[in-house]
Amino acid sequence: MKRRDFLAATAAAALPLACRPKHAFPFPGELVGPNLALGHWLRGGAFPEPERFEPIATLIVGGGVAGLSAAWRLAGGGLDDFTVLELETEPGGTSRSGHNHVSAFPWAAHYLPVPDRGNHAVLRLLKECGVLEGFDAKGEPVFAEEATVRAPEERIFAHGQWWEGLYLRAGASSEDERQYHAFFHEVDRWAAFKDRRGRPAFSIPRSRCSDAPEARALDQLTFAAWLDQRGLGSPRLRWLLDYACRDDYGSRLETTSAWAGLFYFAARKQGPGEDSRPLLTWPQGNGFLVDHLRRANGDRLRCGVAATAIRPDGDSLLVTAWDAVSQRRLGWRARRVIFAGPQHVAKHVVEGLAVARPAMARIHNAPWLVANLTLRSRPKESTFPLAWDNVLRDSEALGYVAATHQSLRDYGPTVLTWYRPFTGPDCEAERARLRALDWPACARLVMDDLRPAHPDLEGLVTRLDVMRWGHAMVRPAPGQIWDPALLALAWPFGAVHFAHTELSGLALFEEAQDHGVRAAEEVLAALGRRGESWR
Amino acid sequence: MDEATQPTLKAPLLFLSVLLIASCGLIYELVAGTLSSYLLGDSVTQFSTVIGVYLSAMGLGSYLSKFLQRGLARRFVDLELAVALVGGFSAPILFQAFAHTHAFRVVLYGVVASVGTLVGLEIPILMRILKDQIRFKDLVAGVLTLDYIGALFASLLFPLLFMPKLGLVRTSLLFGLLNAAVGLWSTHLLVTQLGPTRMLRLRCLAVMAILAVGLAFAGKFTLAVEEEIFADEIVYAKDSDYQRIVLTRGRGSFQLFLNGNLQFSSADEYRYHEALVHPAFSVKPDARRVLICGGGDGLAVREVLKHPSVQEVVLVDLDPAMTDMARRQPMVRALNGAALEDPRVRVVNADAMVWLQETAAAPFDLALVDFPDPNTYALGKLYTARFYRLLQRRLTADAIIAVQSTSPLMARESFWCITATMESAGLKVRPYHLAVPSFGVWGFALASKRDFAVPTRVLPGLRHLSDEATAAMFAFPKDMDRVPVEVNRLDNQVLVHLYAREWRRWS
Repeated sequence: MKRRDFLAATAAAALPLACRPKHAFPFPGELVGPNLALGHWLRGGAFPEPERFEPIATLIVGGGVAGLSAAWRLAGGGLDDFTVLELETEPGGTSRSGHNHVSAFPWAAHYLPVPDRGNHAVLRLLKECGVLEGFDAKGEPVFAEEATVRAPEERIFAHGQWWEGLYLRAGASSEDERQYHAFFHEVDRWAAFKDRRGRPAFSIPRSRCSDAPEARALDQLTFAAWLDQRGLGSPRLRWLLDYACRDDYGSRLETTSAWAGLFYFAARKQGPGEDSRPLLTWPQGNGFLVDHLRRANGDRLRCGVAATAIRPDGDSLLVTAWDAVSQRRLGWRARRVIFAGPQHVAKHVVEGLAVARPAMARIHNAPWLVANLTLRSRPKESTFPLAWDNVLRDSEALGYVAATHQSLRDYGPTVLTWYRPFTGPDCEAERARLRALDWPACARLVMDDLRPAHPDLEGLVTRLDVMRWGHAMVRPAPGQIWDPALLALAWPFGAVHFAHTELSGLALFEEAQDHGVRAAEEVLAALGRRGESWR
Repeated sequence: MDEATQPTLKAPLLFLSVLLIASCGLIYELVAGTLSSYLLGDSVTQFSTVIGVYLSAMGLGSYLSKFLQRGLARRFVDLELAVALVGGFSAPILFQAFAHTHAFRVVLYGVVASVGTLVGLEIPILMRILKDQIRFKDLVAGVLTLDYIGALFASLLFPLLFMPKLGLVRTSLLFGLLNAAVGLWSTHLLVTQLGPTRMLRLRCLAVMAILAVGLAFAGKFTLAVEEEIFADEIVYAKDSDYQRIVLTRGRGSFQLFLNGNLQFSSADEYRYHEALVHPAFSVKPDARRVLICGGGDGLAVREVLKHPSVQEVVLVDLDPAMTDMARRQPMVRALNGAALEDPRVRVVNADAMVWLQETAAAPFDLALVDFPDPNTYALGKLYTARFYRLLQRRLTADAIIAVQSTSPLMARESFWCITATMESAGLKVRPYHLAVPSFGVWGFALASKRDFAVPTRVLPGLRHLSDEATAAMFAFPKDMDRVPVEVNRLDNQVLVHLYAREWRRWS
């Protein structure tokens, strides 16, 4: 026993005598944003008019990846007269990150599969960030070694120990193995699919995907039903695929479109029969990309400012906003607006939108709980060592990512980012559950989840902070992906253009970026600055 | 039987037990002094403080003896058993405390003070037991004479016989057994003063049994489960925050193990370290600033400092417990010639890859990379293309690098994987090898950003390398020749898998 352990044990033994409240944890922490209160207050508000409306070419509402990417594209197109408004104090949306004395860490989205050579916008961004180093002799992009996920990438906790990989091979029957290969054979078949115009069935972003009827038919049934039709009932395989649905969509096999379920695997294939694309990641997750976009936008980004109303006035738009920092009303007269927030906000802000586009009510966002645990040292273990992604099989949560893995730190303090999607069928009910959780309840949820794998964790945590995401990711339920009314939500509404990942029905960095770039290019064209597309 | 005859019968035998307990008492002191010198270094300080604490504790014991009033014979037997347990187990307790706690000194002086106090009680009590049976002048003369002679026996036999044959742990347990035997024997000698002796004798037998079991399983239960893998006696064992460090000694040499893997044997490490260091200096004879990654034992530094051009050496080793041992442990310190104390040497305790990534320093002319073999992911990262790229950023344009790269015979693909990885990072690489008997055939890679010729001249006066032997190392016979292998990258860590597969054949 180390002296520290001894002191901790002594302190733990002495604390109950000091009337420690039941279930209290020996470490501090807090609930951090997003600003639920301000968000909900805006929804109800009738706001007085600002004193003046400042003229501006373009106003971008929302400083998440879609809004920042739109700004990045506008600036790249030579347009300087724009401002980005972000409700939160930090930009980035669900790609936000934080940092402390131990490490930077993600608050949600934390990786990107390496883009293929046709994903021009992502390649352009990665080149700017120094992550794309060039192209090899075959024309394939080459990425910086330090940005590709360091091995070991994944491990899974089952039967009281850690195993390499995400699919539990130990104890798998020959039938399990057969079904595993049968599934990936299907994935390969879809990875090889090309329609008459040469478009693949699955590609990132989804705007490059084929709309051929046989691909679209996959959107008509659940992933579970699709597996049932093929006799794929292996519990291990179903666990793996259910995990994928929870991880990428916040939904389950039974509530996810089969198109989306296959997209997860087929769109990441380098080619039929080949491995999945490697992943790019950083200690702060996709916050690395947000930091770059933020720097690129400089002082045109204004945080803590919420747009409260957007209405047409002649051939321009009047935008009113509330600056929560200075507690002032603000107004702009904009020629164009890119609304880069979610539709459930747009319906309160953009005048007339809710009536004109009732389909928006069919978008559902899953709530998530994300916790960052700062540890003074690593838990003691003896089986497969700490990986980047660490998954507990028998858990409602998704496990945790070690922030120090990518910064090459294998010893000493670390930060673990723990993810828990709320996957119940009714998003509204799940959101109510999430809102009811205070910090002690959240901390208990996290610690109870991790205790089977790390019995010594409680003594190692120095801080546990929690982010409650009410609308973390759009759920691709059957019928959502190819619904014409939902696809039409991306079209301009007068002079208001829309950019958001939920317009793809898939919550991915690349989708947000694609919509941001598209919306910006629509604006550039409308303002007479037509140029070559970055998409 | 009258009162005058009985003592004359047994007194000489009681004097013999004085001889034995005196020997035991000194042995415990020597064990504590030797053990703390091994573990902490600086034997003058260790022996001085151990002797000081021990003798003053004996004084305390002697003083306390006056508070013991009745049943002295019984007390004496109990006292022997207490000394047997505390003294007998002192070496295993101290090794464990050093290996597993941060409070070694507290335990050391606590054990020394306890044994000293108990031993200090022995002679006064024995003298009081005998005072009515022997004339005082004979008693004092006899007891003290044998006390000092016993000390002589112990001090001669300890270094000549017990340490070399039994080692510290078994010696301390053996003398504990002897103390308990004196206790048992006393129940016979002092039978008239003891009253019922059955329980007392059973107690003695129980303590002897415990010590005998300790002696029988000395290796297993005192140090570690893996003791069986070590052929020789463990003289130093420490669980640091990063690894288990073990030194063993036997057959005229000593060995360092990290997590059970041999790092060097003092018998032939000169071959390894000469090969690691001097070929690089042949290519870059005027190297002034030298970087050493790993190599916390200080043996590579010893070789580096033979080159007069060297002005500064930065040694980056993960584990402060390792570099502290290299500075203090007498055997290691003697072997590296106190190289880490040299004013030209700066020791940094950090993960070399994180250090290369995150700290800035003036560029180096020569770098030696001397990590343990890549048998974990944490070690495997130190052999990736990214590592060699980070390393190059910290070197001058014509700097030279030497990398230990495992055995080209036993782990042929691993060896060539390291070469291929270095090449993929833009280096010109010239691999070489030599025989290190305790390891087998061992390989290295010499590399630079610019092309360079195979070295043919080497510093004169080395033990193994000559000009001819240096040039010969760069030729690879057929069974070790190059094989095509994948490059080791952070995102695949192929080397860890290759290495595990290849070495499995040999274990």
